[in-house]
Amino acid sequence: MIWETVRLSLRSIRRNVLRSFLTLLGIVIGVAAVIAMLTIGSGTTQKVKADISKLGSNLLVVRAGRPAGPGGPGGLDQVVRPLAEKDLAALVAHLTGARAISPASQKQVRVIFGTESLTSGVTGTDSAYLDARDWKLVSGRPFSDSETRSGTGVCLIGETVRQQFFGAGDPEGEIIRVNRTSCKIIGLLEPKGYTGFGQDQDNVVLMPLHAYQRRIAGNRDIDNIYIAADDRTPTSELQPRVEDILRDIRRITPDRESDFGIRDMTQIADAMASATTTMTGMLGAVAGVSLLVGGIGIMNIMLVSVTERTREIGIRLAIGAHEKHILIQFLVEATVLSLLGGIIGILIGLGLAGLASATLTIPFAPSPAVILLAVGFSALIGMVFGFFPALRGARLDPIDALRHE
Amino acid sequence: MAAGAPLITFDKVWKSYGQGEARVHALAGVDFAIRRGEFVAIMGPSGSGKSTAMNIIGCLDTPTAGTYSFMGVDAGRLDRNRRAMLRNLYVGFVFQGYNLLARTTAAENVELPLIYRGVASRERRDLAMQALAQVGLVGREHHTPAELSGGQQQRVAIARAIVTRPTLLVADEPTGNLDTARTHEIMELLTKLNKELGLTVTMVTHEADVADYAERTIRFLDGHVVSDTANLETA
Repeated sequence: MIWETVRLSLRSIRRNVLRSFLTLLGIVIGVAAVIAMLTIGSGTTQKVKADISKLGSNLLVVRAGRPAGPGGPGGLDQVVRPLAEKDLAALVAHLTGARAISPASQKQVRVIFGTESLTSGVTGTDSAYLDARDWKLVSGRPFSDSETRSGTGVCLIGETVRQQFFGAGDPEGEIIRVNRTSCKIIGLLEPKGYTGFGQDQDNVVLMPLHAYQRRIAGNRDIDNIYIAADDRTPTSELQPRVEDILRDIRRITPDRESDFGIRDMTQIADAMASATTTMTGMLGAVAGVSLLVGGIGIMNIMLVSVTERTREIGIRLAIGAHEKHILIQFLVEATVLSLLGGIIGILIGLGLAGLASATLTIPFAPSPAVILLAVGFSALIGMVFGFFPALRGARLDPIDALRHE
Repeated sequence: MAAGAPLITFDKVWKSYGQGEARVHALAGVDFAIRRGEFVAIMGPSGSGKSTAMNIIGCLDTPTAGTYSFMGVDAGRLDRNRRAMLRNLYVGFVFQGYNLLARTTAAENVELPLIYRGVASRERRDLAMQALAQVGLVGREHHTPAELSGGQQQRVAIARAIVTRPTLLVADEPTGNLDTARTHEIMELLTKLNKELGLTVTMVTHEADVADYAERTIRFLDGHVVSDTANLETA
């Protein structure tokens, strides 16, 4: 009986192809929008999380200057006291629970090889930096301790720099010029791609901190100190220890606020991820409204269909159909219609999400749960919005219905 | 139902519409009975109450007052679904305008009442073919109404009415849309079904020569039965 009814409804949908298609359109657009939004959204969340973990998970970054935030006094009367070698030394000497501690000072600098030139992010650091950032070398070796100490003109380059200057060739042992100072390439960094913020993580040159300070920055400052927590220590535990040590070495009395900030990359990752999740939810909800509109479309067309087929309903009732037969017939028709729209919508939505993830280079993350939900929801819409018209059909008086022209 | 008891009994049946001053009586205390196997023509001008009587006979409508019993059951007091069940089990309908489902083949139209009976698809097909054979439409099973002539469409409608092997056939102006030759054919078919299957036939018509095919004619006027006569053997 049900199979019979489904066949019947498919036939009546086929008979009015154009009208059925226009009715479907509402549901198709609604479901496609929801699926695309949620799929792109969860892809973005994954991407953001991955990007931030590329920056280094379990990583604290210390930088000079008061952390931005509400309630802090304006910075005008306050000369920012940079981080210095002694701060680093204190952390290395006293901090427990850290896997790696490394200084870093950065600047965008013009790098030249032969006739080629490139503006690149040049970082002065030490041999612990690779460990702290979780970066790896494809070839060559890191700085030795003596190179770090004496500030020898050696450097590690990223993939973008290698491609610019050497194409597919081996850069090791070549000398490049970094801001009027020359340095010898001793290693190549593993490619990391772009961050979600469009920053090329491979357009970098690493050199010993002392070489950077002396030949490029012209001062003794340290911009950042990277601290990677070891496996047993959560960053939330490490952060107050870092703060204590630095306040002590920088002689900050308890009544004053710290003149440095500690950023916890894990927290940032979580915050970003939850922000994108909220965004996704909101966009999904907006898209959901169009589903409602689609449902009203279904109701509209089913009412038209019931009116149009009043005579048919009369015939059916006369030859022995019960109210429930008519009710089921139109309910099934509405459900089949919206389910069909739902399935087409899912395919289009996934297609759009696939396209978006290809162009935005985010992971394609379709969720079976979301798809199942969309199927269920579109069927539900058909039932809910089809019920009223179906009931109207079922309640018709067979005599009036037969008389209907 | 006791043997020999009438199939259909109207006992002081009233059917009224409207309220107060505007109250109209389509049937004003009608009494008659129809036995099994009879072929009865119901005649009368429009507004005489003949269509209302037919609707009540076919269990499509219920009396306002009085009793309509069908097969010994007080059908006038049954709810919609029980009347639907009675129609499906015991009544076949033939209408003036054929009332076939458009864009649906002859065979599928004939199968329709069986679907609501829950008959399995293979058996439905067989019964529909038998019914179409009985009305002389072999070879037209897969034609849609638009591909059939008026007479053929009415034959499909008759096949649909008899496919459930009903006790009663209710025909409302079955030849109203047909020419003389086709009218003759359809009436011959109804007479044959009445004689061969023992099918009780009640038929509304306003044409005397069509009514002559029946054994008995009941005439309505202003909600009353004005005459109820046996016809001479004709045709």
